[in-house]
Amino acid sequence: MMQADLTVILPEIVLAVYAMLALIGAVYSSRDDLAPALVWLTTAVMAGLAVWIATGTGGTRIAFGGMFIDDGFARFSKVAILVSAAVVLVMSQDYMSRRGILRFEYPILVALTSVGMMVMVSAGDLMSLYMGLELHSLALYVVAALRRDNVKSTEAGLKYFVLGALSSGLLLYGASLVYGYAGTTVFAGIVQTVSQDDLSLGLLFGLVFLISGIAFKVSAVPFHMWTPDVYEGSPTPVTAFFATAPKLAAMAMLARILYDAFGGISGDWGQVLALLSLLSMFLGAVAGIAQRDIKRLMAYSSIAHMGYALMGLAAGTEFGVQAMLIYMAIYITMNVGTFAFILMMERDGRPVTDIRALNLYARREPGKALAMLILLFSLAGVPPMLGFFGKFYVLRAAYEGGLIWLAVAGVIASVIGAFYYIRIVYYMYFGDEGEELDTRSSPALWGALMACAAAMILGIVNMFGVEAAAAAAAATLVN
Amino acid sequence: MEELLREYLPILVFLVVAVGLGLVLILAAVVLAVRNPDPEKVSAYECGFNAFDDARMKFDVRFYLVAILFIIFDLEIAFLFPWAVGFKDMSDAGFWSMMVFLAVLTVGFAYEWKKGALEWE
Amino acid sequence: MSVSVFAFYLFSAGAIAGGLFTVLSRQPVHSVLWLILAFISSAGLFVLLGAEFVAMLLVIVYVGAVMVLFLFVVMMLDVDFAELKAEMARYMPLALLIGLVILMQFVMAYGAWDANAAAEGLRAQVISADRHNTEALGVILYDQYFLLFQLAGLILLVAMIGAIVLTLRHRTNIKRQDILAQMYRDPAKAMELRDVKPGQGL
Repeated sequence: MMQADLTVILPEIVLAVYAMLALIGAVYSSRDDLAPALVWLTTAVMAGLAVWIATGTGGTRIAFGGMFIDDGFARFSKVAILVSAAVVLVMSQDYMSRRGILRFEYPILVALTSVGMMVMVSAGDLMSLYMGLELHSLALYVVAALRRDNVKSTEAGLKYFVLGALSSGLLLYGASLVYGYAGTTVFAGIVQTVSQDDLSLGLLFGLVFLISGIAFKVSAVPFHMWTPDVYEGSPTPVTAFFATAPKLAAMAMLARILYDAFGGISGDWGQVLALLSLLSMFLGAVAGIAQRDIKRLMAYSSIAHMGYALMGLAAGTEFGVQAMLIYMAIYITMNVGTFAFILMMERDGRPVTDIRALNLYARREPGKALAMLILLFSLAGVPPMLGFFGKFYVLRAAYEGGLIWLAVAGVIASVIGAFYYIRIVYYMYFGDEGEELDTRSSPALWGALMACAAAMILGIVNMFGVEAAAAAAAATLVN
Repeated sequence: MEELLREYLPILVFLVVAVGLGLVLILAAVVLAVRNPDPEKVSAYECGFNAFDDARMKFDVRFYLVAILFIIFDLEIAFLFPWAVGFKDMSDAGFWSMMVFLAVLTVGFAYEWKKGALEWE
Repeated sequence: MSVSVFAFYLFSAGAIAGGLFTVLSRQPVHSVLWLILAFISSAGLFVLLGAEFVAMLLVIVYVGAVMVLFLFVVMMLDVDFAELKAEMARYMPLALLIGLVILMQFVMAYGAWDANAAAEGLRAQVISADRHNTEALGVILYDQYFLLFQLAGLILLVAMIGAIVLTLRHRTNIKRQDILAQMYRDPAKAMELRDVKPGQGL
């Protein structure tokens, strides 16, 4: 029995064992210049695991008495998590080495946080969900404060840690209420006690607290306060990481708990999610307008995007889950590209994050400016970029789920939010003459930027098969 | 359950006596002691000088590192207790489970050691 | 009133008073001491429930280790607590409101205790009386909860790495002990006599 269980979690075991071996190997070789090599090795391991999971056989396997579920949904999320984490790692190498903050612990912590995220999306029990979440967040708190001699970076780490602990507390409080009223922590058991006509109040409270705790992790309004400060203070490659894989993991975890444990009352949690979605979309769109710092701007942008992804979930249908997955996959791609560009923004070797520094950038670097233009249009949801199709999917899901008001609000918010993306484009093409940015670029960053921008255009043909994969993944979750 | 609690009765009695004695001593000081404070008596004494500054000062972060590492190993030991108590009824999986756990933490320990976190310099 | 009922009220009162004065006391050091009282009282309540291991864990880990670290931080950190308190007072109304809402939820949730009929059947079986609580925990934790236990190990590992990454600084300009080198040092070679010729130097 144990052997069968262990084969189900083999990818997680491989990654965790790799992280430990790398840790020991790196510390005992006593060489400081090992870190870049370790970054590439970790990337290779994670990419290899992604390929392994993606090509693995289908079917749903349940291990450890329902605590761990390996199904199509989990595999889709894991592939997306591993690929985005690997790409962000590669992007961080050059930036961090040149600023002297690349330590060999960084790729190892990223690998361990990925293990946590993989457990999160596969959790079939409130306890394994919590353990996965803590493993993932603890490593993130550390990398947020990686530039430990910098006040902003340590502040980011501390803020993230304190508020993260608070949200874990909310989540645990909810979990204990659910356990009290359902008698079990296994999702498959909870779902038996949840029904539309006989819903106990305690269970409902528990559900709301659980959603609040997870909403913090996806930075949905009103649990978003940490996002701008942490995004601004963390080293930029770490910010890029925050904006991608953890968001998808938390979103997938939310979908998992809502459908597997509370599938019977989609009407009840649908309202909560619809409210979170509405607030996030509008706050993200409006508050982003005043931002001059591109990292803070991306923070508000990600808050708004989380609103759209939540809209798909709020619909409470299989198509809604598919729309959410597609949206998140596109969102990650857009953010990877945009952060590749932000990582290249520097003047005299020092990173610059003021958006006005991009004045007339297009004259000196037409290629990069064009790629950024495509990504920004895509973030804003301008057709025919891929970002538009992501929004289209979630809006359609909301419409079909009967949330027409939410869909209308989403369209309005996206028009408001388009302002700040297009303002950056304006600066790049028609701004005033100002101090120039360096034209240096590393091959990894340049490649990531161009690939993501190209994907925004080429993806409209068939989305590289993501659409079908997301449909299959959603079908295994909602049944 | 009653039997279990009866085993703890001496501890409860001990607690009550300890708290009671503490209260009595504090109250006795309030009631019996002679007190006539003046500013010189209650002010901080620093080798005859006036106090230079606040007694609170920034402390070397290494103390915290030692304390945190202590807590982590404290928790590791805490996990060993139920394992040892339930050992005779345990399956093989339970035994190896602890071995893996210890191996993971030994990796951490080896890292710590080599990194020099256990040295005071 | 039986002893267990007396003990229950004693520990409950201790826990509530401890929690209350942790928040209210002016001196941060006193807050920590009150918190210790709250933890010890909770440990007593756990004993009353028969959960001895958890009770002892609370005393060993929280009172013994975490609170000492807290005291450390509170006493050694250069923070103006009066200023912090003033800041806190501004948000007091909001905090009270949140507390009130949570209290109301408690009352509503427990007042309307109606767990679904299916929930009763799902409840894990109570351990048999002849088996000790700690023993039962040991049998279940390492076998049935294998996955959670190993994840706990990984979390501790991350905590270790994190603590070292964030706080360990290697000083370069100091003399370290190199025990092996010091032991293998050959006294005969430690000192060398040279004949220095006048006016030439070495």
